[in-house]
Amino acid sequence: MAEVVKLLKTWSSPFGLRIVWALKLKGIQYDSIDEDLSNKSPLLVQYNPVYKKIPVLVHNGKSISESLVIIEYIEDTWNHNPLMPQDPYHKATARFWVKFGDDKVLPSIWSAFLKQGKEQADAIDEAIENLKLLEEQLKGKKFFGGEKIGLTDLALGWLANLVPVFEEIVGMKIIDEERFPSLLAWMHEFAQVAIIKESWPPHDKLIIKFQALRDRHLAK
Amino acid sequence: MAKSEVKVLGAWPSPFVMRPRIALNIKSVEYEFLQETLGSKSELLLKSNPVHKKIPVLIHGDKPVCESLIIVEYIDEAWSSAPSILPSHPYDRAIARFWAAYVDEKLFPSMKEIVSADGEETKKVAIQQVVDGLVLLEDAYTKCRKGGQFFGGEQIGYLDIAFGSYLGWLRVTEKFNQVKLLDEAKTPGLVKWAEAFCSHPAVKDVMPETDKLAEFAKVLAKARAAPPK
Repeated sequence: MAEVVKLLKTWSSPFGLRIVWALKLKGIQYDSIDEDLSNKSPLLVQYNPVYKKIPVLVHNGKSISESLVIIEYIEDTWNHNPLMPQDPYHKATARFWVKFGDDKVLPSIWSAFLKQGKEQADAIDEAIENLKLLEEQLKGKKFFGGEKIGLTDLALGWLANLVPVFEEIVGMKIIDEERFPSLLAWMHEFAQVAIIKESWPPHDKLIIKFQALRDRHLAK
Repeated sequence: MAKSEVKVLGAWPSPFVMRPRIALNIKSVEYEFLQETLGSKSELLLKSNPVHKKIPVLIHGDKPVCESLIIVEYIDEAWSSAPSILPSHPYDRAIARFWAAYVDEKLFPSMKEIVSADGEETKKVAIQQVVDGLVLLEDAYTKCRKGGQFFGGEQIGYLDIAFGSYLGWLRVTEKFNQVKLLDEAKTPGLVKWAEAFCSHPAVKDVMPETDKLAEFAKVLAKARAAPPK
């Protein structure tokens, strides 16, 4: 039976992008359905009734939601080109840093982007502390996964994609050469990987979108 | 493997700490349970979990593993002989992980909102949120159990552990607020499941008694309200 794989996502969401990267790394053919989140399709509501959010992966009619759950599903279903190490301890370590990225790094950088004044300064401080831990993890390695990109790189890939956009809009520098040489090198290497490069959302479009988002947020 | 080869750093009231303990029990792995004192963090904890400085931590040999659900998956993989904790089919694994993330990210925070609610109206809203969440889980249970007693089917598994570890605190919340969160009318399956889970051999010595936990909750509330030293 031919595999039918669909991915519901948006053009800019970093969570959707992770899944694009995972599917491409495994060479899995899929149909892309770009959602307009201001006007959610009946399909999205049907496939993700609990959250009504993207990304959603649909595989032979069955839907899976939540980006990290989806990536683990992809890893479990298509065993070639593994995204995670085989060793249970190294796997647990990869999962730990993925969770750290989503639970700590992402909210702090998002806060730094959306806030102003003292709140922003505090958010930037927190983001820097979190990023220092990632910098330590990278020391001497090309990717978080070692020589090849793996789960942790995919999960943190939004840093390469969005932090320069946020920094440009706000006029701040969080990931600087002095404090984060390894992280900057990683961002550059990551962006150059063929399948990553070919799915990179356009920088100009991202600037427009996130500028508008920030403006709306500050207007409240 | 010698008992001292496997350690769990934790505290008896914590639902998160229960998770690796249940998982190790399922695998019949002996371990040393090192309890932290409320209000202080041991050297070993700070060394083993420098990033978060939180319990639980599993120490296997000399390797620390942190984050309760990551530890449970690690236990399943490191001690790979039966019984399995995660389901074997990828789709079932995804469903289990999805609902485990739901209990941590939605259900538990909404339980905490009942506690922190400032007034009857806010409390009512918070209670309704928890009940709505439990109704979703009732539906998930019906689909996952495949004729068995547990989310994992015939045997307890990952989602039973993830959700079941909150039952102690759920019952304390019911007691303090004179409300039934799990009830026969809306969540009959879960009511039966909760009984079966709490009396399971891998769980019963690890699940705190509701009264003991309620007493601890009062101690914790006092400690938090006290002015900082």
